[in-house]
Amino acid sequence: MDFDLSEEQRMLKESVDRLLEDRYSFEQRKTYTKAPDGWSRELWQQYADLGLLSVPFDSKYGGFGGGPVETMILMEAFGAALVLEPYFATVTLFGGCVRIAGTEAQKDALLPKIGEGKLLGAFAHSERNSRYDLADVQTTAKKDGSDWVLDGEKTVVIHGDCADKLIVSGRISGGQRDKDGIGLFLVDAKAPGVTRKGYPTQDSLRAADITLKGVKVAAGDMLGESGKAFPIIERVAQSAIQALSAEAVGGMQEMLDITVEYLKTRHQFGVPIGSFQALQHRAVDMLVATEQARSMAMFAAMMVDEKDDAERAKAINAVKVHIGKSGRYVGQQSIQLHGGIGMTLEYKVGHYFIRSTMIEILFGDTDHHLAALARAGGLIAPGTTA
Amino acid sequence: MDLRFTSEDIAFRNEARSFFESNLPPHIRRKQILGQRLPKEDVVAWQRILNKKGWACPMWPTEYGGTGWDAVRYYIFKEESCRAYAPDPLSHNIQQTGPVICAYGTDEQKAFFLPKLRNLDIWFCQGFSEPGSGSDLASLKTRAVRDGDDYIVNGQKLWTTNGHRADWMYCLVRTDTGVKKQAGISYLLIDMKTPGVQVRPVVTLDGDHHTNETFFDNVRVPARNLIGEENKGWGYAKFLLGNERAGIAKVGLSKARISLIKALAQRMQVEGAPLSENRRFREKLALIETELQALEMTNMVVVAGMKKSGGNRQDPRTSVLKIKGSELQQATTELMLEVGGPHSMAHQHEFLEALTDNAIGPDWAGTAAPNYFFGRAVSIFGGSNEIQHNIVAKAVLGL
Amino acid sequence: MDLRFTPEEIAFRNEARTFFEATLPPDIRRKQMLGQRLTRDDMVTWQRILNKKGWACPMWPKEYGGTGWDAVKYFIFKEEGYRAWAPDVLGHNIQNVGPVICAFGSDEQKAFFLPKLRNLDLWFCQGFSEPGSGSDLASLKTRAVREGDHYIVNGQKLWTSGGHHADWMYALVRTDTGVKKQAGISYLLFDMKTPGVQVRPVVTLDGHPYTNETFLDNVKVPVKNLVGEENKGWNYAKFLLGNERAGIARVGLTKARVRLAKALAERVYVDGAPMSENRQFREKLAAIEVELKALEITNMMVVAGMKKGGAKHDPRTSVLKIKGSEVQQASLECQMELAGPDAMARQVGFMEAKVADAIGREGMANSAPNYYFSRVLSIYGGSNEIQRNIIAKAVLGL
Repeated sequence: MDFDLSEEQRMLKESVDRLLEDRYSFEQRKTYTKAPDGWSRELWQQYADLGLLSVPFDSKYGGFGGGPVETMILMEAFGAALVLEPYFATVTLFGGCVRIAGTEAQKDALLPKIGEGKLLGAFAHSERNSRYDLADVQTTAKKDGSDWVLDGEKTVVIHGDCADKLIVSGRISGGQRDKDGIGLFLVDAKAPGVTRKGYPTQDSLRAADITLKGVKVAAGDMLGESGKAFPIIERVAQSAIQALSAEAVGGMQEMLDITVEYLKTRHQFGVPIGSFQALQHRAVDMLVATEQARSMAMFAAMMVDEKDDAERAKAINAVKVHIGKSGRYVGQQSIQLHGGIGMTLEYKVGHYFIRSTMIEILFGDTDHHLAALARAGGLIAPGTTA
Repeated sequence: MDLRFTSEDIAFRNEARSFFESNLPPHIRRKQILGQRLPKEDVVAWQRILNKKGWACPMWPTEYGGTGWDAVRYYIFKEESCRAYAPDPLSHNIQQTGPVICAYGTDEQKAFFLPKLRNLDIWFCQGFSEPGSGSDLASLKTRAVRDGDDYIVNGQKLWTTNGHRADWMYCLVRTDTGVKKQAGISYLLIDMKTPGVQVRPVVTLDGDHHTNETFFDNVRVPARNLIGEENKGWGYAKFLLGNERAGIAKVGLSKARISLIKALAQRMQVEGAPLSENRRFREKLALIETELQALEMTNMVVVAGMKKSGGNRQDPRTSVLKIKGSELQQATTELMLEVGGPHSMAHQHEFLEALTDNAIGPDWAGTAAPNYFFGRAVSIFGGSNEIQHNIVAKAVLGL
Repeated sequence: MDLRFTPEEIAFRNEARTFFEATLPPDIRRKQMLGQRLTRDDMVTWQRILNKKGWACPMWPKEYGGTGWDAVKYFIFKEEGYRAWAPDVLGHNIQNVGPVICAFGSDEQKAFFLPKLRNLDLWFCQGFSEPGSGSDLASLKTRAVREGDHYIVNGQKLWTSGGHHADWMYALVRTDTGVKKQAGISYLLFDMKTPGVQVRPVVTLDGHPYTNETFLDNVKVPVKNLVGEENKGWNYAKFLLGNERAGIARVGLTKARVRLAKALAERVYVDGAPMSENRQFREKLAAIEVELKALEITNMMVVAGMKKGGAKHDPRTSVLKIKGSEVQQASLECQMELAGPDAMARQVGFMEAKVADAIGREGMANSAPNYYFSRVLSIYGGSNEIQRNIIAKAVLGL
C-alpha cells in the first residue's frame, strides 16, 4: 500500500499544475469562455504538446500508457482550474470507447490523432427519455446492405458542438430499454443527415442536441460487436465516473481553500468571521467531506479496472454516491459561508458550486447510484449471526 | 385552543382564492410556473390589479390604504397568493419602506410617496449593505454631510437588488462618525436619477441581473427626504426588518412547488415507469412535506399570537420560520433540479428571462438549475441563517 | 501509487485472521456478536491469550514487549481483530498508561508495572476528568500536597470507567496552584485499595454500571509512584502513541456490524418479505457502507503516511475520529431500527450475560442499549466539537 506518486506521475502532475497556474487564472478563463468554441484551441494544442491528451492510451498509439491514477491526477487539476476544454468528452468518453472496444485499425486511425490534438470527439449516447438508464436507446440502427443507417435524436452530448467525430449508440434490435441489441457507431460530425444544435451548459461548458436522419455508417465504423455494445457503454460510463470523481475533488478542495481564506480575511463586528466557532465547525465539516471524497476518488482509481464486473459496478456506484453528496454539501456551504459574494458570478467560488452540481447529474445522480448499489447488495457481504 | 380557521377566515380564503384565480394574468402565471423571471411591466401590472382591489398593502395602517386584516387574514392572503402562483409584490415598496414612511414620514412624504408606492408608480430599491457591511450592517460607511438644505452623499452600496429598475432608493447613511456605530445612522430617500448616482450590474449564479452595486459621488439629496430624525435611522431600519414576519416562511410557495413537482413527476419516465411511482422519490417528497406541515403549524401559532398581541410582541419563533422556511424552499428547488436532471443542464438565459418560449429540452426543466443556484440566497439575505441561529441562541435559549 | 497491500502484508493479514479465528474463545465471540457486556474475567482471558502470542501491546517499544510493527501492520491487526469479533484490549493499560510508563517511567516503575499491564495482572483505570473539568481538562482541581515521602491527595474524579474492576488508577493531580493551569499538574499512580479511595457507580444509559465517580479523601500516595517529573503531568497526558490512531476509526468493527445487520435482516419480516429485501433498508445500509468505504481508504492513507513516518500532523487523523464515531453510531442506529419492537424490552440481565434467554430475538435484544451507549463515541476522548476546534486551528488556521 503506497499512496505516493511515482516519479513519472509527479512529473505529470507538476507539468499540468504549472501549465494551469500560468494559463488558467479566473480572469484568463473568462476570456476562454468567450472564444467561438467556448474554450481555448491554443491551450488544447499545449495539452497535446505536453502529452496530456494521450495519457490513457497505449504507447503503441503514441500514448503515455497511463492508468486511472494518471487520469486522477489530470482530472483533479482540471477540476481545481475549472478547465473548459473538451478533455473529458474527447479523451475520457470518445477515446475511452475506442480504447476499450476499437479494432487495431480503429485505434491506429483515431488515438494518435486525439493525442496530437487533431481530433475532437464526443459520445452521443444520452437521449431525451433515457435519463440515467444506460441501456435506454431509441435511436435506431438499421442494416442497409453492409452499411448501417442511423435515425434518432441525442441530447446533452457533452462538447458535441465542436466534435469532429461522434460515437453514436443505436438500437439494432430489442425494446427501448433492453441491454442486448445496442451498437456503437463512429460518425463524422459533418456527415449528411447529422444536425447539431450547440448550447452552453450551466457550468460554462458546451453541449449539443444532435439529430440523426438517415445517417449512413460504413460497416467498418462499428465499434465492437453488433448488438453487444452495452458492456462497452457501461465500462465507459464507469471510467467517466472515475474521472469525474477526481475532478470533483479538485473542485471541492478549491472551494474549501477559497472559503477558509475568506473566513480569515472577511471582517464583521470588528473581527475576522473565521473567529466564530459556528463557522469554524462548518468549515471543518467541509474538510471532512472533502477528505472523504478524496478517499473515494482513490477508491475509484483502484476499482475502475477491476476484473469482476459486479464488484467494479458496485464500487463505482459507491463513488458516485459519495461524490454527489459531498460535492453538494461542500458547494452549498461554500456559498453560505461567503454570504452574498458567493452568489455572484463575478466571484470564483460559485463557479465551482455550479460545476459540482452538474457533476452530480452527469452519468447518474446520487439517488440513482444509491438505488443501484442497494439493489446489488451493497459493498459488504452479509455475515452470520451469533 | 382551536386549530381550525374560523368560518369567517374560511369565507375570506374562498374570496381570496377566487380573486387570484380570476385576476392573475395567465401569461404571468405561466412564467411563474415555469420559474421564469418577470419583466418590470409584469410586476407593475400585477401590483396595480392588487391596488384596484384594495389589497396592495394589506398591513399598512388603514388610513394609508391597508386592509385592516389581522395576522391570520394576512397569512391566508399570502398563502392563497402563492397557491395561485401570483408574484410577490415588490417588498421594497410594500413591506419595507412603505411601513417606515407610514410610521415615521412627514405628512408631505406620506402624501407624495404612499399612493405611488402602492400603485408601483415609483419603484424603490434598498441601500443598506455595503462591501464591508453585511451581517454587521451597522458598520456602514456611506457618508452624508449636511450642506445647507441638502445632504451630500458619498460612498458605495452593495446588493442593490433591482437598482437598475428603481426610481428611488431608501438608504442608510452615516451622518455622525463620533458616536456608537448604531447611533450615527440616518434614513434617506434618494432619487436614482440624481447626478452622481451610478448603478453597476452584479450577475448572480443563475446568470441573471437581479442585483447591483451603487456608487454615490457627491450626490445631493434634499434634507426634506430625510425620514424621521437625523441619526435615528438605525431604529427605523430595525422596525423595517422586523416588519414582515407572517409570510416569511413562504409555506404556500413551497406547497405550490411540491404540487408542481408531483405533476411533473407523472410525466417523467425513469427506467420504464413514471418518476411519480418511484419509491425513493416519493419518500423524499414525503419527508419534505412532513417538515413543511410542521412549519405550517408553527407559522399558524406565530400568526395567531400576532393576532392576539396586535403584532406588538416579537415572537422569537419567527426566526424558526426564517430558518426552516428557507431550508424548505431550498429543498424544493433542489428536488426540482433532481427531477430535471440532464434536462436542466443547458444554460438558457433567454428562456429564463422569458424572452423566448422555446426551451432546449422540456420547458418545465429549463429553469430548474438557475433557480436552484439562486435559491441558495434564501438562507443568506435578510439576516443569514447563521445570524438567525445567533438570535435564537440569545433571545430564546438565553445563551 | 499502489493502493493494494503488499504480499507481505497480505501474508500477515492471513496470519492474524487465522490466529483470531483459532484462539478467540467462542463464548466471548458470542457475547460480542450479541452486543453483551464482557466480564472482567473475559477481558483478562483474552488479554492473556494475546500476551502469550506476543501481541498484547503491539505499539510499545520492542524492549517492553512491542511487536515492532509499522502502522499498516497494526491497522491490519486491529481490522482482523474486529472482523473476528475480538474485544478491544483494555485501552487504559495498553494505549494510555503503558506507553506513558514506557516513555517517562523510572526503571523501577517499568519493571514493576509493564509486565503486569501486558498480562492484565493489574487493571488500571483513569483519573483525569472531574465534575468541573471535562473538555477543559487542564482546569482540574484534585489536589496533591507533598508530605515527606508521600503525596496527600484530595478531590473527586468523574467518569472512572472500569473503576470498580480496577487495581490501580493513573491520575492527574494539581501539585502547584500558583502557575498557568497546565503547568501545575502531575501524573500519579496509586493503588485503588489505599485508604480514602471510594468508588461510586454511575449507571449509563444502557443500564450498566460502566463508569464511576471516585472520591479521594486524604489518600497517601508514595512519591515513588509519581511518573516523570512533578508538574510535568500535562505533557505526559497529552503524549499518545501516534500510531494508536491507526485503529481509532474502528472501520473493521463497523464492517462486522454491517455484516451482522445484513444477516439479521434476513430473518426480520416486513410486509411479508425479509427486511434484507426491503429497498429502503438496503439503501440506508448502502449509504453507511459508502461512508465507511471512504473512511477505510482515508484510514489506509493515514497509516501509509505513518509507515513512511511523515504523517504526524496529517489532518486526516482527526477525520478518523469524527467520521469514525459518526459511522459507528449510524451502524448501531440502523441495527436498532432493524430490531424495531424487539429493541423495546429492557433486559439488563441478558445484556450482562447473566440471563441465558433474551426476550424476543436475541440477536437484537441489546440493540437499544448499544445505540444509547454509542452516543458516547462522539463525546469521550475529546468530543467531536473539540476535534473540530482542533482541525479549525491546526489545519485550517482559523
